[in-house]
Formats: sequence, C-alpha cells, structure tokens
Amino acid sequence: MPAPHPLLQVRDLTLEYKTPQRRVRATHEVSFDVYGGDRYILLGASGCGKSTLLKAIAGFVAPTAGQVLLDGRAVAGPGPDRIVVFQEFDQLPPWKTVLHNVAFPLVAARKLGRAEARERALHYLDKVGLSAFADVYPHMLSGGMKQRVAIARALAMQPRVLLMDEPFAALDALTRRKMQEELQALWDEARFTLLFVTHSIEEALVLGNRILLLSPHPGRVRAELDAHTFDLRSQGSAAFQAATRRIHDLLFDVPAHRQPQRAAA
Amino acid sequence: MAFSTNGAVLRPEIEYLLPPLPELAAEAPLSWFERLRQHAAVRKTAILLVLALLWEAAARYTDNDLLLPGAWQTAQAFAQGLVDGELPSRALQSLAVLLKGYVAGIVLAFALTTLAVSTRVGRDVLSTLTAMFNPLPAIALLPLALLWFGLGEGSLVFVLIHSVLWALALNIYSGFLAVPETLRMAGRNYGLKGPRYVLGILVPAALPAIVAGLRIGWAFAWRTLIAAELVFGASSGKGGLGWYIFQNRNELYTDRVFAGLVAVVIIGLAVENLAFNTLERITVRRWGMQR
Repeated sequence: MPAPHPLLQVRDLTLEYKTPQRRVRATHEVSFDVYGGDRYILLGASGCGKSTLLKAIAGFVAPTAGQVLLDGRAVAGPGPDRIVVFQEFDQLPPWKTVLHNVAFPLVAARKLGRAEARERALHYLDKVGLSAFADVYPHMLSGGMKQRVAIARALAMQPRVLLMDEPFAALDALTRRKMQEELQALWDEARFTLLFVTHSIEEALVLGNRILLLSPHPGRVRAELDAHTFDLRSQGSAAFQAATRRIHDLLFDVPAHRQPQRAAA
Repeated sequence: MAFSTNGAVLRPEIEYLLPPLPELAAEAPLSWFERLRQHAAVRKTAILLVLALLWEAAARYTDNDLLLPGAWQTAQAFAQGLVDGELPSRALQSLAVLLKGYVAGIVLAFALTTLAVSTRVGRDVLSTLTAMFNPLPAIALLPLALLWFGLGEGSLVFVLIHSVLWALALNIYSGFLAVPETLRMAGRNYGLKGPRYVLGILVPAALPAIVAGLRIGWAFAWRTLIAAELVFGASSGKGGLGWYIFQNRNELYTDRVFAGLVAVVIIGLAVENLAFNTLERITVRRWGMQR
C-alpha cells in the first residue's frame, strides 16, 4: 500500500511579527505534516507561537521563511478552504441571526445559492443542537452556544482543514467538557481534518490523535507524540497520568534523572 | 458529634430526588400607570408640558409681548402659520436644501473613510483634512461660498457639506477602527475582499458609531442652515425657516419669531425621535450592539 499523501504540510516555517521597538520571532523553522482525518494538536505554553502558527496556516500572517502547503499548493492568504474557529465570542457578526451566521459564509464564498445555504445551515445547526435558536441574534446566546454556532459555521463550509484556536479556553470547566464530548461526536460522524491549538495537556490527549509539542521563545518543535489511544473516558487512568506527566516534563524541560527528586519535593 | 482526623464536623451524605415542579404562579400584569410610565414618549411629553407651563408663567410675569410672548400666544401664531401655509412651505424649502447637503456630505464621508481604511495615504489625507476643517465653523465659510457660488442654493449646499462631512467622517473612521480583530479575520476567512468586505463586515460592525455620526451631522447641518439663512436669506427671494424668523423679527412680530423657532425645534425633535431612534431600534439595538 503506498504511503498516503499529507493534506497539509508545514515546511521550516519561521514567523516574525514587528512591534514598534523590535522584531519578535514567534516560531523558528517549524515543520510538520497533517494527514486527512487527523485530529492534530498544537500544544505549548503561552509564548510558543502556536496561535501565530495557526494564523499563518489560515493565511492571516505571511511567513518570514518556509511555507505552508495545502494539497501541495502554497497558501497565499485567507480562504474558505481553511475555516477558523476562534477563541473569542465576538467572531460571530452580531447583526446576523444564528441561521444567517452559518449560511452567510456559504453565500459569501460563492459555494452555494441562498436556498441551499439555508438548507445546509439548518442541517449543521441541528448537528450542534441549536435548531431551536436559528432565528435568535448572537447576543442572546451563552458563550458555549456561540462557540457551537462558530463550529456549525465552520463545518457547514466543509473546509479542507478545520482550524481551531483554543475554542473552549474562554468557557467554564463544565461547558468545556461538554463541548469536547460534542466535538468528538461530530468528528466520529464526519471525520473531518482538524488542527487544534490548546494549552491544556488533558485537552490535547483527550481530543487529539497526534500532538505537536512546541517550546517557547521562539516556538520550536520539541516533540511529536501519538495520542490516539486516549479518549474522554481515559482521563484518570494510569497510562493517561503517565502521558500527562511525560508531556509536562517535555514542555518544562525537566531532565529525566531529576524526576524522582521533583516528585519527592 | 463526630469529628474527622483534621477536626472537621462529620455529617451524613444526602442525595435528593427532584420531582418536576408544578406550574409556577402565573405572571401578574402591571397596573396601567406602570405601563404608561414605560413609554418614553409619555415621559417626554410630560417634560415638554412642564417647560411650556414655566415659559407661560415667565411671559405672564414679564408682561411684554415684544420681548417674550407666552407659550399660548406662540401656539396661536404657530397655528396661524400652519393654516395660512406659510410655515409648512418655509420648512419644506429649508428641508429640501438640507437634504441635498446632508446626502452629499454622507456620500463624501463614506468615500473618504473607505479610502482611509484601505490605504495609508488615504488615512493621512483624512486625518489632516479633519484636523484642519473640523474646528472651522461652517458660517465662517459662508462669505467665501457666496463669492464662489453666488446667492442661493449652491452656497448653502456647500456650507452644509462642510458642516456634515468632517464630523461624520471622524465618526465612521473611528467606528471602522473599533471593529474587533476577530470579526475582521472571520470576514476575510469567508474570502471577502475590497468593497464586499467593507459593506459586509466593516459597515454593519461600525454601525453604532455611524448612526452617532449621522445624528451629529444632522444637528450640525440643521444649525448651519438656519444660521446661514439668517445671514443672507434677506437678499434671496424665497427663503426657508431662517428667513421667516429674520423677516418677522424685522417687523417686530415676536410671536411669529417664536413660532419659527418652535418649528425648528419640532422638526429637530421629530427627526431625532422618528428617524434616528427607529434606525437604531431596528439595527444596533436589535443586534445587541447598543443598549
């Protein structure tokens, strides 16, 4: 069987941004491949450039060096083949109802006509359990419901890659847990390709099948790990605890021989 | 009483079964007085009535029709003006000129700000021009306008554009700048660019600031127009409300001067409450962008 071709390739990507005083390197020569159907996690502490990396893949940030290839073609700017779900709740235009929020990008990107866009929007709103709120404006929704709308909007576009930038970070712990379950269920059904940024080790292990660990200042690849053996029910198991500890030590660079000391302290 | 090893009081654990609640008590309707008080129009009318009473009292106390005619006398002059058709025709005259200048000012303001959000030169042009011209009173430009465009509508429209354009452009531009970054990125993520991006994302997102700008622009324009008519309306054949006020002051019909002022105020109030409040209610308030 021939090796499958990666859907998204990130090649030696160096990203910089300028403040009035200085030039800051966010990531340094980061490379990784995402295959179709992956739930690929970018994990790192704040300052590791993981959000900037996601914005570069989305096309909002131009690379200083290296490139991002989607289906072998270099990404040149933002486009509807890579839809982003942001962390902030203000990503939904407040002047559109929930239904129009989901349908509008389909029309704006000239993917579908109005009637078909409405049809598909209703279908995906049903998937995230918000059919009853189709005619409501976003300001009347809770934070978790707004994120569900953003997820429905992204799924309705049926992008090549779904990019999620800490989408559950601003939610309370109970809602976050519920949203993780729902995202898992949606993936089980549709098997889309997901690139997910988080700073939570548990979230990475639970949701992802592959985890890219980034070290901070500037962001560099520290490790690439498998996580397909874990799901929402494995939290608390011994293997899960061990994986969490391993990632923690990799992120904070605790040398292996000092581990017993740290545990005793 | 039992204590655990660390001194906390030990109690048994309890779980409750929650039966479904029966129908909660029905909502009680508000009394008619409470409902009446919730209407802004009712409250505002009450304020106007109190003001009219104070005015009438002051007029009776002064007892001089030439200096301060009372509310009742003014109302009579106003009704007379309405009946003989002079006030409505003067008001229409003013409004026609006003709308021309106002609309032209809005179009120019949108053009300038669209340029300013898309290019750096446009931004510098806008900030320099507004810094220069915004503090300049429109009336101060009137002598120049009269020289360039002669007596009549052209000069009025010119000063009206000047009074609307800069204030509105400043408001629209600051509204565009305040659009959240996430919303901008979401819009570009759909593949929107250029005018579709400005119309589809920036304009609705900045609408609270744009409506505020339209309000300010309207007030400035109305003020400028009446003042301009007072200055040179005397030499043009058919004038608007400002000219009506000026004419009647010359002939010492002080009650008609007041009636003219009342007409100016009433039109201002009507546009404020009907046009702009309605616009806000069906847009930014409905969308939860403004309380």
